[in-house]
Amino acid sequence: MAGLPPYANLGNHLWFYTFRTICFLIFFFLIFPILVIIPLSFNAQQLFTFTTDMLMLKPSAYSFMHYEDFLTNSDWQRALRNSFRIAPVATILSVTLGTIAAIGLSSPKMPFRKAVTAVLISPMIVPLIISAAGMYFFYSKIGISGTYWAVILAHAALGTPFVIITITATLAGFDQSLVRAAANMGAGPIRTFFSVQMPLILPGVISGGLFAFITSFDEVVVVKFVGSPAEVTLPWQMFTGLREQISLTILAVATIMVAISICLLITLEILRRRSEAMRTGRPG
Amino acid sequence: MSDQELSPSTGLVLAADGTPLKTKLRQAERAQRLRAAMLVAPLLLFILVTFVSPIFDMLYRSVDNQLVPDVLANTSKVIGDWDASKTDTPDEAVFRAFAEDLLVATKARQHTRVGSRLNYETAGISSLFRKTGRQIKKFDFDQPLKPQFLAMDDKWGETEIWQTIKRFSGSLTMGYYYAALDLKNTADGVEMLPENQRQYLMLFWRTLWMSMLITGLCFSLAFPVAYLLAILPMKSSNLLMILVLLPFWTSLLARTSAWKVLLQREGVINDTLVFLRLVPADGRLELINNSFGTIVAMTHILLPFMIMPLFSVMRTIPPSYVRAARSLGATEFTSFWRIYFPQTISGIGAGCILVFILAIGYYITPELVGGRTGVFISSRIAYHVLSSLNWGLAAALGSLLLIGVLVVYWLYDRIVGIDNVKLG
Repeated sequence: MAGLPPYANLGNHLWFYTFRTICFLIFFFLIFPILVIIPLSFNAQQLFTFTTDMLMLKPSAYSFMHYEDFLTNSDWQRALRNSFRIAPVATILSVTLGTIAAIGLSSPKMPFRKAVTAVLISPMIVPLIISAAGMYFFYSKIGISGTYWAVILAHAALGTPFVIITITATLAGFDQSLVRAAANMGAGPIRTFFSVQMPLILPGVISGGLFAFITSFDEVVVVKFVGSPAEVTLPWQMFTGLREQISLTILAVATIMVAISICLLITLEILRRRSEAMRTGRPG
Repeated sequence: MSDQELSPSTGLVLAADGTPLKTKLRQAERAQRLRAAMLVAPLLLFILVTFVSPIFDMLYRSVDNQLVPDVLANTSKVIGDWDASKTDTPDEAVFRAFAEDLLVATKARQHTRVGSRLNYETAGISSLFRKTGRQIKKFDFDQPLKPQFLAMDDKWGETEIWQTIKRFSGSLTMGYYYAALDLKNTADGVEMLPENQRQYLMLFWRTLWMSMLITGLCFSLAFPVAYLLAILPMKSSNLLMILVLLPFWTSLLARTSAWKVLLQREGVINDTLVFLRLVPADGRLELINNSFGTIVAMTHILLPFMIMPLFSVMRTIPPSYVRAARSLGATEFTSFWRIYFPQTISGIGAGCILVFILAIGYYITPELVGGRTGVFISSRIAYHVLSSLNWGLAAALGSLLLIGVLVVYWLYDRIVGIDNVKLG
């Protein structure tokens, strides 16, 4: 059905093009809101729509003023700093704990595998607002609410399920006899891990890490609940901005976020190809 | 076979050190099991502390009433003897116990907390407690205390106040759940709140039907796209997949702000409609801050979560089945409906449960684009946690939502089987 067969009748033709049009409209719906904010963020005026000058592509209608505002405004700069103070640390924590646990979980001898997996995956399944409320109550009870480490712990907990899922998926295609071969040649468990297992599951580790990173980087509800105003992150600042006085700076930030996600997407695609090539033994 | 030999006496296979091979094997297996468990243990512990305990803490908090029997320790012991159907107010003993409790509580500044706790159930108690707390030191404990209470504020003569104290003197309460379901536990049993005070049932209902609508919309938009992606050659489908993955990886806030900007009265969509003369310039559409805004934005945000599981299932369906049906004389529609569609069920199930569960717990997007008519129960939970500080009610609302989610999982597991859920 990729193309029309030569014997297609009028009805087939009609359906073929109607179907493609419908799909085109849905793709348009998916991508249009993201594309439209990019030119809007260069608007020289404080308007949320295209001015006539912008449509006529006059250079004077475009400006970098909203990006300048983002780079000079102390609130946004603090938010940016906080985001990069929180997300990488939370990611390292969840990747470290998650990778070790995923190796244990993939062992055929793991006791209570199903129940343990359910517990480890649960942060992904419970709606965020419930996790956030629960964490807020519990963290204030043990007295860490409103601190930097409370946010790190919460974000690391939210990120680990993704690490577990991607790494166990990678390990499912992992040939256990390689470990035995390494042991046979005299490598200890740690050496085996770093020189045999690690390189093979690395794509899974990195993509799990990216998932964990974006979970933390893009998270508002939990950080708003367990963090203090000193921990305002980029999305939190955007949330506040959208609720109080919406400015075009938010669109500039959103455009930067889109650029970041394009980078992530490319990285993941490269990793996917690499891992496919490794598993099948030929370049993909 | 150099490291094992047959034991001449028993016929058992022995390892090099002379122990039976079975024992040795069992030891090795135990070591492997221990090793696997040790690897998982740190994360398990971490999740138990940082995530599972908070959830259980919330569940407990939704029924926790320890504060009242702790602070009103003497009162809660004797108030059980009072029967509201016989006398309107408790007798002197209860008043005395209450006065003693209050004297201790005011020193520890606990009486206002109990007051605001009981105020959730009966309005006016908080201010009554505050007022009495200020006066209690002037009371003469050698005289009967009941008249002094009544002289200070005749509210202490109201049966309802004492009934509330009696009802909530236990260490566990269902009060928050009643409040979360727009019920009231009165002396005559549990009854619905008056029409104009109900809010949570309506919000639960709205959360439910809007989530179902969003799931349905996502499904009807995702199915054609996933189908197209599955039948196209790898090269073009990979290219089109970018259009799905880019929104998926783009920050939630970026997408929400895009919709906030697009749907404004002076936004791009209204401008285009006016330009095309589809709507008059003075009759711009209200597209945002209502349920329409929430539905459009959330459908857009959750659509990739539906496309990806559908696509991953559809890709594995061999096209030869449909061709076989066609060659056996089935019409195009029959071959699709009877042959193709049933094979996509597991993908549909996975996508729908994913989108539905994400939708009912959504907070950010409804809060920002939903206005008054498009917010979900989540925004009330956030309000009670962060603003009104009625944590018990927030916990009860959250617990109800959690129970709802678990019921959906359970139903899904019964109907489709949870193992069929694939991510991406």
